[in-house]
Amino acid sequence: MRICCPLCGARDRREYSYRGAALPLPDLAADVEVWHAHVHLRQNPAGPLEELWQHEMGCGAWLKVTRNTATHEILAVTLAEEACA
Amino acid sequence: MRISGKGLVSGNRTVNFAFNGRHYMGLEGDTLASALLANGVHLLGRSFKYHRPRGILTAGSEEPNALVTIGKGAALEPNIRATQQELFEGLAAQSQNCWPSVERDLMAVNDLAAPFFGAGFYYKTFMWPRGFWEALYEPLIRRAAGLGALSGAANKDPYEKAYAFCDLLVIGSGPAGLMAALTAARAGADVILAEEDSRMGGRLLAEVEEVDGKPAHLWVAEVLAELESLDNVRLMPRTAVTGAYDHGTYSALERVSHHLPPSQSLKTAHRPRECFWRIHAGASVLASGAIERPIAFRNNDRPGIMMAGAVRSYLNRWGVSPGERVTVFGNNDDAHRTARDLLAAGVHVAAVIDSRHDAPDGEGFPVLRGAVVCDSTGRQRLESITIRSVNGEEKIQTDCLAMSGGWNPSLHLTCHLGARPLWRRDLAAFVPRADAVPGMVVAGAANGSFSTHGALTEGAAAAVTALAGLGTSATAAPPPMASDAPYRISPLWAVPGKGRAWLDFQNDVTVKDVTQAAQENFRSVEHMKRYTTLGMATDQGKSSNVAALAVLADATGRSIPETGTTTFRPPFVPTSIAAMGAGAEDQGFAPQRYLTSHQVSQDHGAQDIEVGLWYRASYFARPGETNWRQSCDREVMMVRSAVGVCDVSTLGKIDIQGKDAARLLDLVYSNTFSTLKVGRVRYGLMLREDGFVMDDGTCARLDETHYVMTTTTAAAAQVMAHLEYLTQVVRPEWDVRFASVTDHWAQFSVAGPRARDLINDLVEEDVNAESFPFMGCGAVTVKGVAGRLFRISFSGEHAYEIAVPARYGAALYRLLLERAEALGGGPYGMEALNVLRIEKGFITHAEINGTTTAFDLGMQALVSPKKSCWGKVLSEREGLMEEDRMRLVGLKPIGAVKEISAGAHLFEPDTTVERETDIGYVTSVCFSPTLGHMIGLAMVSAGPERIGETIRLVDHTRGIDALCEVVEPVFYDPEGGRARG
Amino acid sequence: MGFSERFSGWRILKEGLTGNKGWTAHWRDPEPKRDYDVVIVGGGGHGLATAYYLAKEHGLRNIAVLEKGYLGGGNVGRNTTIVRANYYLPGNSEFYSHSLKLWEGLEQDLNYNAMMSQRGMLNLFHNDGQRDAAVRRANSILNQGDDAEILSRVQLRKLVPFLNYDNARFPIMGALLQRRAGTARHDAVAWGFARGADQYGVDLIQNCEVTGIDVEGGKVVGVQTARGPIRARKVALAAAGRSSQVAAMAGLTLPIESHVLQAFVSEGIKPVIDHVITFAEGHLYISQSDKGGLVFGSYLDFYSSYAARGNLPMQEHTMEAIAAMVPAVTRARLLRSWGGIMDMTPDGSPIIDHTPVEGLYLNAGWCYGGFKATPASGDCFAHLIATDRPHPAAARFRLDRFRSGQGLMDEEGTGAQHNLH
Repeated sequence: MRICCPLCGARDRREYSYRGAALPLPDLAADVEVWHAHVHLRQNPAGPLEELWQHEMGCGAWLKVTRNTATHEILAVTLAEEACA
Repeated sequence: MRISGKGLVSGNRTVNFAFNGRHYMGLEGDTLASALLANGVHLLGRSFKYHRPRGILTAGSEEPNALVTIGKGAALEPNIRATQQELFEGLAAQSQNCWPSVERDLMAVNDLAAPFFGAGFYYKTFMWPRGFWEALYEPLIRRAAGLGALSGAANKDPYEKAYAFCDLLVIGSGPAGLMAALTAARAGADVILAEEDSRMGGRLLAEVEEVDGKPAHLWVAEVLAELESLDNVRLMPRTAVTGAYDHGTYSALERVSHHLPPSQSLKTAHRPRECFWRIHAGASVLASGAIERPIAFRNNDRPGIMMAGAVRSYLNRWGVSPGERVTVFGNNDDAHRTARDLLAAGVHVAAVIDSRHDAPDGEGFPVLRGAVVCDSTGRQRLESITIRSVNGEEKIQTDCLAMSGGWNPSLHLTCHLGARPLWRRDLAAFVPRADAVPGMVVAGAANGSFSTHGALTEGAAAAVTALAGLGTSATAAPPPMASDAPYRISPLWAVPGKGRAWLDFQNDVTVKDVTQAAQENFRSVEHMKRYTTLGMATDQGKSSNVAALAVLADATGRSIPETGTTTFRPPFVPTSIAAMGAGAEDQGFAPQRYLTSHQVSQDHGAQDIEVGLWYRASYFARPGETNWRQSCDREVMMVRSAVGVCDVSTLGKIDIQGKDAARLLDLVYSNTFSTLKVGRVRYGLMLREDGFVMDDGTCARLDETHYVMTTTTAAAAQVMAHLEYLTQVVRPEWDVRFASVTDHWAQFSVAGPRARDLINDLVEEDVNAESFPFMGCGAVTVKGVAGRLFRISFSGEHAYEIAVPARYGAALYRLLLERAEALGGGPYGMEALNVLRIEKGFITHAEINGTTTAFDLGMQALVSPKKSCWGKVLSEREGLMEEDRMRLVGLKPIGAVKEISAGAHLFEPDTTVERETDIGYVTSVCFSPTLGHMIGLAMVSAGPERIGETIRLVDHTRGIDALCEVVEPVFYDPEGGRARG
Repeated sequence: MGFSERFSGWRILKEGLTGNKGWTAHWRDPEPKRDYDVVIVGGGGHGLATAYYLAKEHGLRNIAVLEKGYLGGGNVGRNTTIVRANYYLPGNSEFYSHSLKLWEGLEQDLNYNAMMSQRGMLNLFHNDGQRDAAVRRANSILNQGDDAEILSRVQLRKLVPFLNYDNARFPIMGALLQRRAGTARHDAVAWGFARGADQYGVDLIQNCEVTGIDVEGGKVVGVQTARGPIRARKVALAAAGRSSQVAAMAGLTLPIESHVLQAFVSEGIKPVIDHVITFAEGHLYISQSDKGGLVFGSYLDFYSSYAARGNLPMQEHTMEAIAAMVPAVTRARLLRSWGGIMDMTPDGSPIIDHTPVEGLYLNAGWCYGGFKATPASGDCFAHLIATDRPHPAAARFRLDRFRSGQGLMDEEGTGAQHNLH
């Protein structure tokens, strides 16, 4: 598996760590139901999924990767700080 | 039998080798299989279940039968395919899975009991009496099963792993592969051509035919010469591509020195035995050819019954005829080539038996049309076959039967990403789907194009298509003149009749087993496979799967495509664990991190201990000290009474700067850091987003916009990634930057009543209660070197941590020890550090074990009610705030037994000891030399409510059953006067 | 139970002497009926076991198991076959203890030899902290009434002399031994439960994918399938690997993320490893099957996936762990690798519970511990379905624990990221 880091180019999967689905962030003070859903509940689709990876063993950038969980095909990669800003 | 003047090894040097203790001669270029056949050796091994005699079936890596053991001592290697093993001087091989010898194997008695050993028999018996399974039946089965044996010694041979990158990976070097490589190479693409055989050329080395008007192998040599001359081409013989993975990643196994005598390869030439390759290819051409399949008939498993294409390989490439009176049995035109080639080489061809009524005429040999082979005789080597035709049954004497049930495209790699192949009726075979692996184009026989002309043309076109996908245009190399003979076949899978007809030769799965599975309603192809074990042997069904499918389809009244296929999975050929795990042997398994103080510590008698990837000093043995406890106790008392020095550089250090640095810290820590004054340090707690404690540590404010955070050794990387997450994903708009500086600074704890004296002796500044109050920090100059000083304490004593750039670490440490010793102190290690912190009730990852909250650890006050922080909301879930949660307390022994042990569980004094009454567990213990008894930290249900109560401690594993008093977790100087003063 | 089909040594003998012609179907292939008392979605190990215990322990007969592929085609057919009861947190502790006891009587109960082999399992430890954790675990196991021993390095070396004792990066300090742990023939477990359930009259319906769950007024009334609608009073979900999709048909969002876990088998070799051995520093577990193949695995690939296959980094990591700790077996060759799809929960522990939809029951989230749970999962799920009350051994496997924070069972202490367990 290879992911194309926008800063470094295509690199092997072993340079990256995975966090999971990229979900909209609740307000820090949002109530427990909201945070419970954010932290625990997942749509978990078998298909395209926006997710967060970090180029941990490379430049350290967090990436928003759109990847098909059924085929592993990578559809898009952007820097998380641009995607989330 | 070697035929003089025949074959590509003709005239080569002779090579001596041994098999089962007997000595033979072969030729350079032989495989063990071709050399044994040349010497008339046909019995090589025994089958898995019935221990039936087994000979050579194929001439490639798909070989299910001819598996042997090579080498001796620790180099003993089982399950080597004789069909792949190249001969070398002194090679010594043995048969396996037989005792006492391959000729007289006592386990062959299993064959007589075969009626009771049908498909799935073991699921139906061996259950009585209960207990006999493990005591009797299973050990017997285990001993009988398995193939070769390992030596039992550690594998000390060298193996390697490597990466390679290319535009086009060409898999297979037959006509299709060579043309693909040539086309891509001429277009300037970076090409890797991988071939599992030792010699490139594929079937062109095994057939009598002309390419470009010359013998095929000469054309091969010309193409290889051109490829070799190009810088953008890498030829990789002896390299099997074993797997196709995501995004153009392929794995490959190179047998680097299997073909060399051990003395030449491993020791003198420093070559690894094998190399495991990870190849990243822009695109690939799969030109892996096809694998011929057997026909099932009664007793079709005798040595001497071989694949027709393999017979041609032995004849044409190695100049060996596997028999003197050969018969051929097939259902397709290709089989007739075998008879033609043998006849031309002067070998007697007794008959060609062709199941088709419209089979072509023989060219100097008799062809029996519409006939089948229905039985054979010969105990350890084929003696005769029985032929059935409209004229009845007839026996023919023969010592070699070349059979061909047709060819299966070698499409395994196209299934590795989950694609299922398609059935082609005209070929009676599965062919790969076009889009099976992104970026892969299949060509030649692997794609069902069986003529040489077809393979050459398709190979060139495949390279053009594959490169076009990369945006590179190429011109197909013009295909040379070659045969375009049609492939005509009429399916024949199993000859009807009584007796056992083998499908899977190694695992002894017969047609009857498959029909019985169907009869028992194991109709799904996966059920049949798993119930009968068909296709689960070392060849993974390369020869047997399709015929078995056909038999199952027939037994269940379905078509073959309706019946479906099992899945081919990596690796394509079995791959040694050693190659895939290369580099991780012994100390290579994980990086080793050493402190700048390491050598000085060693000189002071330090005993090392692993802490994560680090090596730290556990304790410093002084002359006369005979165990670690003596050293540890001395070091603790030394810190409490004078001064001790300990390297704490392993703690994670993160330098944080920027206008929003304080905001970041307020977000990441549960307590507040924006209010921290410049020049001060604060202890902080970090929560995970689910509210549990992630880590703790101190953070110092060096400037308005500049902090230095410390993390625990264990969580350093996790905290770094967490900060990156918070700043890039959660608050990308904040103006804050940080870097890990763990390796940049050497940092030493200086602890004890004389700590300030020692520090003042070394730094230029005046360190006093005003300039460096408790929890103060600032810049200092240490012998001219700019450093940092933090007045923090993990021991409860008046203490500092002094930091200098890492290159001065060893020098500073040496100085510190010198001065400390002059003050009655010295170095202390991890054991003493642990005792000091337990005496003070300071927590580590024994307590922050991922299941504890700030509330549990008695640190709820550190979760500021005035601000929000990461993880706070979920930390306040009702279930995490219940009084009876396991919460931190101290323990001290009060009964007759004065022991406390880590991992012991806790109970009310008067209850039974069982899970239901379990109220806690001990996290950390030590003998406190300060207090003169053992102490412990524990997590206890409603712990703080139990202070002063008696609790029972039970450690079954150490035989401890003791009474303790629940106490506050701070055992020493609870007011903290010593650290502050 | 009609035991005309009972398996025995005599039966083998008789059939062997008469050409093995008398063997009959292990289970029927019935057409689905129009309605059932209970429809179980998923014909894997847990679904089949649930059907078996519903029939055997609770007397229900009008049950269907709907399987989209073939019986036992999910994780019960693609795992490393380890059976153990060495958990340490309340909830897991009693459940796996119950499961191990069921395993011990399973073959007699099912009249099917699943080759349960109590070979013993060894968890290596390498430093003081790991030893203390092993001791805590051993004491938990003993308090639960199961067996555990702490072996010193010397004792361990006597038992398994072929590990890397002399030059390992993480020197071996000792091991936690559970003698009653071991392995079982995974496929046979599924087939044994299937045959047992079928003999009670349970309809096992293969090639019957569930495409919808019918809910009326907050209550489940049936399912839509590839073979038509089926009405049911109760619907029980046991569709590991597809739990999120199936639950979504009833409008539920689960605390589950799907991940791929690879497993590996080597070519057959003569017996060398008697026990199940785990090397936590390398995340490795390894044993040897009765056929001679080394069976091993390690970690998740660490990305969401529904592709039942993995990638090289974790394959190599697994082989590296063997090279580091079991150098005597590295000449063995990897024969086959495969991947299973794991329901990963935030605390690494499963769910057996009601759902907010009346009559809809959930069995999910087994992470990578599902195989050893098979009998108890079936027994406890059946109990819940039949009585609407949780079985005492599975009472803590609640769906709402993530919301409440109460009774979380995070054995590894890694926290709520689904992929960390």
